[in-house]
Amino acid sequence: MTDNFIQVIASRTVGELLTDYPVAYDFFQNLNLPPLPPNKPLEDALFVVSDDWLEEFGLRRFEIPDQLAAFLRTMTATDVLRTVAMLTIIGGQDKDGNPENAELVLKPGSVAAVVGPTGSGKSRLLADIECLAQGDTPTRRRVLIDGTEADEETRFQMEGKLIAQLSQNMNFVMDISVAEFLGMHMRSRSRGGEKWLIQECFECANNLAGEKFTLSTKVTQLSGGQSRALMIADCAYISTSPIVLIDEIENAGVDRRRAVDILVKREKIVLISTHDPLLALGADLRVVIRNGGIFKVLETSEREKASLHEIEKIDMLLSNARAKLRSGERLED
Amino acid sequence: MKLITVAGPPSSGKTAVITRLAENLDERLGVIKFDCLTTFDKERYEEAGIPVEVGFSGKFCPDHFFVNNVEDGVTWGLDRELDYLITESAGLCNRCSPHIVGITSVCVVDCLSGVHTPRKIGPMLKFADIVVVTKGDIVSQAEREVFAWSVRQANGEAQILFVNGITGQGAFMLAKLVSGACSVTTLNNTRLRFTTPAAACSYCTGEIRIGESFQMGMMRKIDFDSGGLHD
Repeated sequence: MTDNFIQVIASRTVGELLTDYPVAYDFFQNLNLPPLPPNKPLEDALFVVSDDWLEEFGLRRFEIPDQLAAFLRTMTATDVLRTVAMLTIIGGQDKDGNPENAELVLKPGSVAAVVGPTGSGKSRLLADIECLAQGDTPTRRRVLIDGTEADEETRFQMEGKLIAQLSQNMNFVMDISVAEFLGMHMRSRSRGGEKWLIQECFECANNLAGEKFTLSTKVTQLSGGQSRALMIADCAYISTSPIVLIDEIENAGVDRRRAVDILVKREKIVLISTHDPLLALGADLRVVIRNGGIFKVLETSEREKASLHEIEKIDMLLSNARAKLRSGERLED
Repeated sequence: MKLITVAGPPSSGKTAVITRLAENLDERLGVIKFDCLTTFDKERYEEAGIPVEVGFSGKFCPDHFFVNNVEDGVTWGLDRELDYLITESAGLCNRCSPHIVGITSVCVVDCLSGVHTPRKIGPMLKFADIVVVTKGDIVSQAEREVFAWSVRQANGEAQILFVNGITGQGAFMLAKLVSGACSVTTLNNTRLRFTTPAAACSYCTGEIRIGESFQMGMMRKIDFDSGGLHD
């Protein structure tokens, strides 16, 4: 692959290279090179740069084309969109070392709720999944993808692209706009060409958030709810991770049930750690955590699903009341 | 004894990462902390039961100071029969890196430091074998990916690893990666991956007055008209 790029770089002018691989701009910028003549091949073009300059930045002239080739190879590597047909969690032990005796199997398009008291170990379970534990975390759990243990490569896969995680205490810290952020994220996933995705993802996020924002809003200026909405929409449209772990997204000014629906529709395996009855009963499966271990795995029963409607009514009542209060109305009827 | 060089900007979480790493290695690990003026990490290492030695560069160039002392550091580690010796040094001046050819090198950066930081840090990130990204728990998955991509731009070959210095999440993966480090008995004749800065001028020897007549020795001037560097 690199060899191909070496040929490409040797056979084109700098201008052609930049047209064909716009990301090469970043490379020249990283090296702090002065503007190169666009009508010459890189090797010749580099002669406008003095030896002193190169030495200053610790560069050697003959290495630059090779470095560019390696850079282009890394930057243009397409994401292998791995699908996961089955996620299996094999129990280990609780905080006292008692065996868990549990095996959990999750499939795409299904939602599992993780419930239990604060501090019981819900986040630990999500963490085990995130790092594809192989009996080497304190819980000794093992996590299998499609029935097999993940190899080192998959586990160390840099951005953990297999699994996306969202939590209540996550914020945006980068000083860029929503459009720039989505654009950069798409480029990092080698999907820079699919410009329409930005719009689609943005609209989805705006539908989930209580208050509207624009593409030019800075991500750091988004409210908690808007941030969460953008993160969820990003998970659905851009991340393409087949497994999504959600740690407590209640009370954040975001339509949480619709958020989960969106993820399920994209055929993801979703685990939600929650205290919210609506989310817990909306899931297909309920994993009850106690003292750091999986205490029970319950399937949501038909009767529970029926009671869900009652809880929905109460929830609706509360949301309506909230909406009225927010818009300055009285709650007298 | 396996030697690992760990570098990263101040407050990026180097000490937390190293302490977490020690917890995940069943063997004896010791640290040499290279710092400039002061450090608060000695106590933290001692609390964790990690043998530690501190070196202050004081008025010397921290990079030159590192190179002049690292070999003696290896002897120190061997004398204490360590299985792992870690050198921890701050970013020094961003121009430099303590990384040595053939020695496993780690750069620690934190997610909160800004999207372009990985591209600005320079050789200590660019020439690292492993880039550890900290504080990832407070940003979204999406933002972590963008940050990792930015690291990837500066260093296409490194293993990028997210480690949570507070919970230790990810540290055992770092332990796995560094367990493949080469054993050393001496650094004699090994080479730095990148040159240290050159300066032998009046300011190196304690001059503090500003002005043309006080500038002696090797100097570099900005050409303010053309906006570039020239001798």
